[in-house]
Amino acid sequence: MGRIVVCIKGVPKPGTVKVDKETHTLRRESAELILNPPDRSALEVALRLKDQANFEVIAISMGPPNTIPVLQKVYALGVDDIYLISDRAFAGSDTLATSRIIAKALSLLSPFDLVVMGARSIDGETGQVPPETASLLNLPSITYVKELRFVDGKFIAIREDDFGEEEVEFPSPAIVSITPEIDYVRPPSLKRLLSLKEITPKILTNAELNLDEADIGLSGSPTQVAYVFEKTFVSRGEIFEGEPDELAEKLIKVLKEKGFLA
Amino acid sequence: MLIEFPLKEEHKIMIDLIKEIGEAYIKPYSLEWDEKEAYDATPIKALAQADLFGLIIPKEYGGLGFGTFEMCLAVEWLSYFCAGVSTTYAASFLGAYPIILFGSKEQKERYLPSIAKGEKLCAFALTEPQAGSDAFAIKTTAKKDGDFYILNGIKQWITNGGIADIYIVIALTDPAKGARGASAFIVEKGDPGFVVGKKEKKLGLRASVTTDLIFNDCRIPKERLIAKEGMGFMVALKTLDYARCGAGAQALGIAQAALEVSLKHAKTRVQFSQPVYQFQAVSHTFAEMAMRLSSARALVYSVCQYIDSGAKDFSGASAMAKCFATDQAMWITERAIQMMGGYGYMRDYPVQKFFRDAKCLQIYEGTNEIQRNIIARELAKWIKV
Repeated sequence: MGRIVVCIKGVPKPGTVKVDKETHTLRRESAELILNPPDRSALEVALRLKDQANFEVIAISMGPPNTIPVLQKVYALGVDDIYLISDRAFAGSDTLATSRIIAKALSLLSPFDLVVMGARSIDGETGQVPPETASLLNLPSITYVKELRFVDGKFIAIREDDFGEEEVEFPSPAIVSITPEIDYVRPPSLKRLLSLKEITPKILTNAELNLDEADIGLSGSPTQVAYVFEKTFVSRGEIFEGEPDELAEKLIKVLKEKGFLA
Repeated sequence: MLIEFPLKEEHKIMIDLIKEIGEAYIKPYSLEWDEKEAYDATPIKALAQADLFGLIIPKEYGGLGFGTFEMCLAVEWLSYFCAGVSTTYAASFLGAYPIILFGSKEQKERYLPSIAKGEKLCAFALTEPQAGSDAFAIKTTAKKDGDFYILNGIKQWITNGGIADIYIVIALTDPAKGARGASAFIVEKGDPGFVVGKKEKKLGLRASVTTDLIFNDCRIPKERLIAKEGMGFMVALKTLDYARCGAGAQALGIAQAALEVSLKHAKTRVQFSQPVYQFQAVSHTFAEMAMRLSSARALVYSVCQYIDSGAKDFSGASAMAKCFATDQAMWITERAIQMMGGYGYMRDYPVQKFFRDAKCLQIYEGTNEIQRNIIARELAKWIKV
């Protein structure tokens, strides 16, 4: 039986974002976390392979303890096991530090045939962790996969890029990131939801991962977040009044000034 | 609403799951399915993956082993989103009940696990062109031929025709014995001599599929007989006793949706400088809707709990639940259209769909006239003179 590891992330529910004023990072422990929506697609892809070819599917997540309810919901979708990768020392990690942590966790969970992740998170939106993790583990990285097939013991990815679609056959193990939206994602299972209280994830701390402090957390992050804010839109406008001729001239002038007309 | 019925934690978990499924897989599409009269297998797939087809299947066959009350809660909330989808779902239970109640161990082992997983849908076939309310007037025959039965006849207006894999068919093994000469059989899609007629065009429940079933020397192994020859009507009537509450539950879901949509409208629609809800003709109508819906709900829930407590004779009770709730749903949806005025009449808005969907509930699973016959009959037994 093969093994697929799915990396998921708990992201703040839109509208509940709190930013730490000193470090400019998200206050994840106090936020209400939801499953990063693109990760739902990643889970669906992995679970279809489980249905088709009996793979074991393990979901792992790096985050503070309030990620546990997110992992429990992921368990309800049908995965075989859930892991939380959590330690105070991991807080403030940028994508590189995060990738180091996830890469180490994955090596503890090897051997595996495949790692599946969502293409990007809705809070950071960098999309960097899947290829960075692959690079650190020296594994192939295939991004923006919209469909994954398992035929005659081989994985085939259907990728979508700006120019169309391509079919990629790749050796395993490899790290695949899945497009945010796919044709269908399954609902949770009632049987599992009814027994959710008894389900707790296995926890991996830095005691198990044994990473150098210089490589993790804020101190291990070469990029520093300057400013994080929630986007708001303010409606701005100006009303011009006058005769049609005047207005037309005024409008042309304004459009030229703003660079919309040559 | 104005009353909250006490629900166990497991009920709340189930209802939240159904609401999640309704919002994601049903709500964005229900008006389109209605407009196109299209059956979409996607919400059925979602319900199957959510374990919801196993609700009343015993645990040893992969189900959840829940009772009538849980089945009705599920049907009620699915109907809130689309009664067409809930009809496909509930009709499958109607087809599964004969196997659960009367099936042999081999039949249960052969069919119930895949029914519980939602891999196979069921259908229940009793009605014929000349036998609706007068169910005993069926003419489909099942002639014993060595190790087989050969079925000949037509079943009319069968929900899930063509999309079900398992069909419970009531046919006459001994025409001379009248009602005592009928037997219940399991017919599978693909059995030789069994074809499905064209899909019917309906007033409502348009996301659900209704067809005729045609048996032309349909040959099935004798193991497909449920219980014994002659027990056909007992199997059919007992099945209907259990399933009636489901039709009542559908009525609750449709009426709830109609009440909510029309109430929201009445609070925002301004005429004569005020929301129309301020006019007593309107607010009193909503008060009436609320009373009728709440009493229908109380009746359906208490009949479910009566059945689940192990009652042996509940034909009258389930007939009351079905008849009362479905009649109330028709009243409520008609008034909901009226309270919304022109918006109630336009097909861009859902209220007209609720009205058309509710109408079928007064007709199928035993017309409300037949339900009143049953209630009157049971009532007469109750008082001895």
